[in-house]
Amino acid sequence: MLGDSSEAISNIERKRILELLSKGKRLDGRGVKDYREIRVERGVVEKAAGSALVSIGGTKVIVGVKVEVGEPYPDRPESGALTVNAELTPLASPSFEPGPPDEYSVELARVVDRGLRESKVIDLEKLCLIPGKKVLVVFVDIYVLDQCGNLFDASLLASVSALMNSRVAQYVVGKGGEVEAKSKYVPLPVRSYPVSVTMARIGGDFVVDPSLDEEMVADARITVTTDKDGNVCALQKGGVGVFSVDDVLEAIDVAIEKSEELRRDFLGV
Amino acid sequence: MVGKIRKKLVGKGGDRVDGRKPNDLRPIKIEIGLLQRADGSAYIEQGKNKILAAVYGPREVYPRHVSLHNKALIRCYYRMASFSTEERKSPAPSRREVEISQVIKDALEPVIFSEFYPRSMIDIFVEVLQADGGTRCAGITAASLALANAGVPMRDLVASCAAGKVDGQLVLDPNDVEDKEGEADLPVAFAPQMGVVTLLQMDGLLSKDEFDQAFKLAVDGCKQINTLQKEALRGRYLAVGAVGGLGQGEKGGLSRVG
Amino acid sequence: MLFVKSRQWVIPGDLLAKGEYAAGENVYKDEEGFYASKVGLVDFENRVIQVIAVHGCYLPSIDDLVVGKVLKVGLSEWVVDINSPYKGILFVSGASGRPFDSRRDELRDILDVGDIIIAKVLEFDRTLDPRLSIKGRGLGKVESGYVVKMTPTKIPRLIGKKGSMIELVKNRTGCQITVGQNGYILVIGKKVEDEVLAVEVIRMIERDAHTSGLTNRVGEFIGKRK
Repeated sequence: MLGDSSEAISNIERKRILELLSKGKRLDGRGVKDYREIRVERGVVEKAAGSALVSIGGTKVIVGVKVEVGEPYPDRPESGALTVNAELTPLASPSFEPGPPDEYSVELARVVDRGLRESKVIDLEKLCLIPGKKVLVVFVDIYVLDQCGNLFDASLLASVSALMNSRVAQYVVGKGGEVEAKSKYVPLPVRSYPVSVTMARIGGDFVVDPSLDEEMVADARITVTTDKDGNVCALQKGGVGVFSVDDVLEAIDVAIEKSEELRRDFLGV
Repeated sequence: MVGKIRKKLVGKGGDRVDGRKPNDLRPIKIEIGLLQRADGSAYIEQGKNKILAAVYGPREVYPRHVSLHNKALIRCYYRMASFSTEERKSPAPSRREVEISQVIKDALEPVIFSEFYPRSMIDIFVEVLQADGGTRCAGITAASLALANAGVPMRDLVASCAAGKVDGQLVLDPNDVEDKEGEADLPVAFAPQMGVVTLLQMDGLLSKDEFDQAFKLAVDGCKQINTLQKEALRGRYLAVGAVGGLGQGEKGGLSRVG
Repeated sequence: MLFVKSRQWVIPGDLLAKGEYAAGENVYKDEEGFYASKVGLVDFENRVIQVIAVHGCYLPSIDDLVVGKVLKVGLSEWVVDINSPYKGILFVSGASGRPFDSRRDELRDILDVGDIIIAKVLEFDRTLDPRLSIKGRGLGKVESGYVVKMTPTKIPRLIGKKGSMIELVKNRTGCQITVGQNGYILVIGKKVEDEVLAVEVIRMIERDAHTSGLTNRVGEFIGKRK
């Protein structure tokens, strides 16, 4: 996260990263479009409806999904609700303090939320029990456990994996209008598979999946979220630097290419 | 109208709901040093409990005015993830979490050589990813290992375990349903080399004799857990009759090298 | 009487010995005997018992050579990260021989935030942050190179007996290596590949610090790569 680091990166390391990049190389030997090693483990928290632990390099994020009966939003009486929350736990970095969400955890939650919502990851209409009165509310809670760069991609991948892994009780509406949970469990109606690809701009070059060092040197980053059909469903630019129009178009092409690989390898679709 | 009769939690042979005998600990798995950024870390699974502890420090005190001139300031935060319990819990800290944070700090501070690092700070963070009774005890066990992993000088490790009374039977290491439905719960933390108790709480009702027995049972549980702590530090990874895990993903259907 | 063998793994609270000994690093004494205060390998030399710890933070000592990173530029001093709970303070007097005139001269022209320096610890006690100096041969601002971080407890292993290990690494990789007692190590090579190799060797030494035959394995490792 750009808010991380109680200390700036050293000038000689900054110089080193830029020198290497001018030759198309990165500090850890990766190519500019390569991700670090990714691992996805599903169902790590049985008490949650669904869960997933994702690590990208040293970055570790765990997502738990909980589903409850609640009231619909007034402007969407026939739709279930989806709400995303992110915690930058103080375990994850020397500069994360315990306390309420700050602007970085809010940005993380909102970027993941947009990726899930705009791609219509869940058919929320299917979560309606009694229109205008009772719907299912899906809580996606993101807990960052180890911040080594690129929390966006790890968090969205963990969120989608957790939703795909989720099982909820089948609810029926009784004659008297009461809602009852049966003992049968069914999967959540997941129907799209958004994947985000984050790129950092360092000097004039893009690097995919920035490590912590690269995040500290980058002047700007862009996160592109796409769905299975290659549609762009969410974009987020961060940092004080700027992009040219060509930069943005190139980033989108790279994102579509890399997200196909991630979707195939880690979501199995 | 007949009221709901609670199912018996302890059967005739002393069999408990999860198949354990009264003096059995839950299966325990420990992993040490699994976080990259933290100075020290440890992860414990105890039955269905899944708890991660991290230590930062000794490090600079922030804010400066809380600095102690003669020793390190020790802070402890115990939090439960919102998905850790049956009903979703709000991410904001509850009074229970605030109390347990204090209790964990008091359980560990006596063994730390805080006087070696005046005007500095040692932070202990405990995050409960899944809760099933006895999380403060497992949290202390993990935090003690995280401190050792961070190289914080200590007189001793601290191991923690609870005893309880369920359906009239004294039991070791009660799980969530035993804790909630039982007659008493007695968490204890013990520093085995120093032979001292650093945490002691109780709620419920116990006769003097029952208390004596339960207390000794809990201390014995602490000693057993301490043996597991030592093995884990030696091997940096240990599983004792446990399943699944939060680890580097050697198993897990979709884990693959990216 | 000893309760452990030399080079045995110990953990905090382990009883090491009773009787006429002296407590060295990471060992404490009470009426009963001598105990380990950290995880590590127990070592005896004469009658001093110490534990070579696996992890630990850096506590400055006077005359230590340290590699640091400038965090802040103050009015008449710089604040330096030296991998310790205590930040290093470098006064202008410790940086430059010339008199400093705050009306004309800018601290930032000498050292700015993010600069890496090689410094010596002038003073330190538990009531004051450590004072540094960059006046002297081999000290000062670093213009290029790579800084590796290692847990400070393993620095003696990296240096080796009478510097044997670090000299081996320097000669065989062709790199200039400045080992800070604080666990920050500066590597400067003529080629990036040399630096990358030196960094890998340093990581290998850190990982295997407690094993024997390390010097030979390090030599073999470099031999295969160069």
